[in-house]
Amino acid sequence: MAMTSTLTSTERQIGMALSILLVCLGLVMAGVAKQGPMMVHGGMAVALGLVLVFVLGGALYDQPEPSPERLTQYDDAPIRFGIVMTLIWAVAGMAAGVWLAALMYWPEATPPWPATSYGRLRPVHTSGVIFGFGGNALIATSLYVLQRTSRARLADALSPWFVLIGFNLFCVWAATGYVMGQTQSKEYAEPEWYADLWLVLVWVTYFALYIRTLARRAEPHIYVANWYYMAFILVVAMLHIVNNLAIPVTWGAGESFTIWSGVQDAMIQWWYGHNAVAFFLTAGFLGMLYYFLPVRAERPIWSYRLSILSFWGIVFFYMWAGSHHLHYTALPYWVQTLGMTFSVMLLVPSWASAGNAIATLNGAWHKVRDDATLRFMFVAAVFYGLSTFEGSFLAIRPVNSLSHYTDWTVGHVHSGTLGWVAMIVFGAIYSLVPKLWGREDMAWPRAVEWHFWLAVTGTLIYVVSLWNAGITQGLMWRAYDEGGALSYSFIESVEAMLPYYAARTLGGGLFLAGALLCALNCRATMCAAGDRVDVSDRPLVAQPAE
Amino acid sequence: MTTDPKTLPGADPHTGNREIDPVTGYDTTGHDWGGIRELNTPFPKVALIALVLTFAYSLVAWVLLPTWPLGRDYTRGILGLDQQEMAEEQLRALTALRADWLARFEDPDFGALADDDALMAVAMPAADRLYRDNCAACHGGDGGGGPGYPVLRDEHWLWGGAPPDIALTLQVGINAEHPETRLAQMPAFDWMERGERLALSDYVASLPSGAADPDSPGVPLFAENCVACHGDGGAGGLLNGAPSLTDAATIYGQDVQRIMETLWQGRQGHMPQWSDRLDKAEINALALYVARMSAEEGGE
Repeated sequence: MAMTSTLTSTERQIGMALSILLVCLGLVMAGVAKQGPMMVHGGMAVALGLVLVFVLGGALYDQPEPSPERLTQYDDAPIRFGIVMTLIWAVAGMAAGVWLAALMYWPEATPPWPATSYGRLRPVHTSGVIFGFGGNALIATSLYVLQRTSRARLADALSPWFVLIGFNLFCVWAATGYVMGQTQSKEYAEPEWYADLWLVLVWVTYFALYIRTLARRAEPHIYVANWYYMAFILVVAMLHIVNNLAIPVTWGAGESFTIWSGVQDAMIQWWYGHNAVAFFLTAGFLGMLYYFLPVRAERPIWSYRLSILSFWGIVFFYMWAGSHHLHYTALPYWVQTLGMTFSVMLLVPSWASAGNAIATLNGAWHKVRDDATLRFMFVAAVFYGLSTFEGSFLAIRPVNSLSHYTDWTVGHVHSGTLGWVAMIVFGAIYSLVPKLWGREDMAWPRAVEWHFWLAVTGTLIYVVSLWNAGITQGLMWRAYDEGGALSYSFIESVEAMLPYYAARTLGGGLFLAGALLCALNCRATMCAAGDRVDVSDRPLVAQPAE
Repeated sequence: MTTDPKTLPGADPHTGNREIDPVTGYDTTGHDWGGIRELNTPFPKVALIALVLTFAYSLVAWVLLPTWPLGRDYTRGILGLDQQEMAEEQLRALTALRADWLARFEDPDFGALADDDALMAVAMPAADRLYRDNCAACHGGDGGGGPGYPVLRDEHWLWGGAPPDIALTLQVGINAEHPETRLAQMPAFDWMERGERLALSDYVASLPSGAADPDSPGVPLFAENCVACHGDGGAGGLLNGAPSLTDAATIYGQDVQRIMETLWQGRQGHMPQWSDRLDKAEINALALYVARMSAEEGGE
């Protein structure tokens, strides 16, 4: 198997030992829990561990030792795995989203089983796209960018596999846990304590791998993309640990109590929630943008100084902005003012990034016109600018009094996630898949063009319909008659949403169709893999023997 | 004139002249990562101005509004705003707007209220919102009811359809926690033989058609067991919670299957008391609204 062909016998043996440990962990989990999601998850760990034991054991006996030449090449096998997982999660997560959007229009279609209820499927969509799709894309591209911009092979051969397989085990635990009714009731942090602890292990390994590889770099300076990827890894670790501090009911229960209470709990949750947007959905993807856009456009980054301003601005200001999720609540006014003002100051560093990316295209606009892959990245930068403007605007307290709790928020999030995050991922995927599978181009180059227009049309329909929906809701909820009575009942505001919910389902459907086309296109490309060596990869500097 | 390239404008003092990008005319920083280079473009003035503007906005906000924590206290801001006080103030203003007309419902003479067209023009739309926000979920947006929930727009009532009766039902609920709640229960007739229950069900199911068979074996069973609560011929209207059976819209359905089910297991519905959620005047306005809903339907 390609997975194991670059591992030495020693590495295969260590891998087998780790897999056996995973089987033991699964057995302990299942044995202690005896029932419920935690037992099922233990069973999954056992199954995964056994598969890995057989794969590695087979390789140990059947496969020859890898050639020492591999150390002069970049380690791309785990990256290929990460890209495949990205595509699988994209289709699964976005399909869940379209299904849920359809249910909002047509709630009677909800199947009668608890496992298929809206409340259980909603986090399957959010975790599926954010962590499954976004997370795999971030890990895979970060390892690619890290090696190319450092001219160093990954520090060891096993950690990237541990990180990617472990992360996907976490994602599967999360999604299946939700379906079985397991949740911590913290938005974007729903998985229970044992899954959270597992993720800490994975994430620390990821950070260590990144730092160790960076320390071996042959380039004198660290490229901007790596600053962003490192900020993403480091801050997500901090957010994840603090927000998920909890005390399990018993060691055998997949349930826990958070150690935070009252308004502090709300504040910690939205400090986490907003910085998940900042460091998971922004910083890492800016790293992706900073690498793939200039490479594809074959242009230098427009301004080094602007890069510095945006990096430190984004990293510093985002940390303070979370409280704008709690305007007009029990959170003290002063915390709200801080969140509001720091959100406004965040705008300029954000736009500096978007502007820097767009200005980088100066001298390459003909490529933007002709190359759908580069156009994905251009549109991503534009939507990044649009959504960060909208974000700062919505954080202003009086504006928020209209928009809060409405679908405007959902529209804003999707302008960021569809227009910015997913577009840059697709741009990166179309750049990477031919390179990683040894080909000149995608198998179906014209399908990329189709995907582009499906994605842009879908995003615009989705976002515009939910702007309308949210503003309509906000205005209806706050309208009073001359006699001081509410002008609309709540149910009337729900009925008013029907056309917008239909339109958002259509928009989401178009976007999903594009993602599906992308997955099929990638599959066709992978099936027709060649042995072309990417000429843009500079030769590695010889590494000391391990 | 110097000929040393390291002293030329824009030159790197260590490495000499750096590459100039032909498109923008700027030189590069000299860094190169796998082909990615960076231009040494100066910081754009517009970004600096924008940065200053957002900082200025924040400074002004910090001076005006509560912002910075000071241990056990925080900077209050020169506007002296307090979100609790502001919310209460807004609530008071809205309550004052409603006070004029809502006060008239405190101790109602429903007849006089209903005749005051100007009052009705303000109060009934407001009561409509109250109805939709509080009642429609069970009784339907048009008062049409549904399985388990009585119709409100017809002339048949469990506890009386005059506004004071409706107001009391709203106040105390049915089989609710209120100490004076209205109590009603349809007992189970599971002790009755199946044949008798079937005959009784057939008979009751035929009541709404007005063509019930007077010789049916269900007639004596009905007289013995049902009339006490449901009234002669099942006409209802005894204000004891027992529905009219001559009305096809009976709460749980009036086909044989449903009646068999009702006889077998009995029924005990629940309507919450609204005194915890709505004040007296709101309940009275709502009672008048519901009574008019039924009257309008009856008049059509």
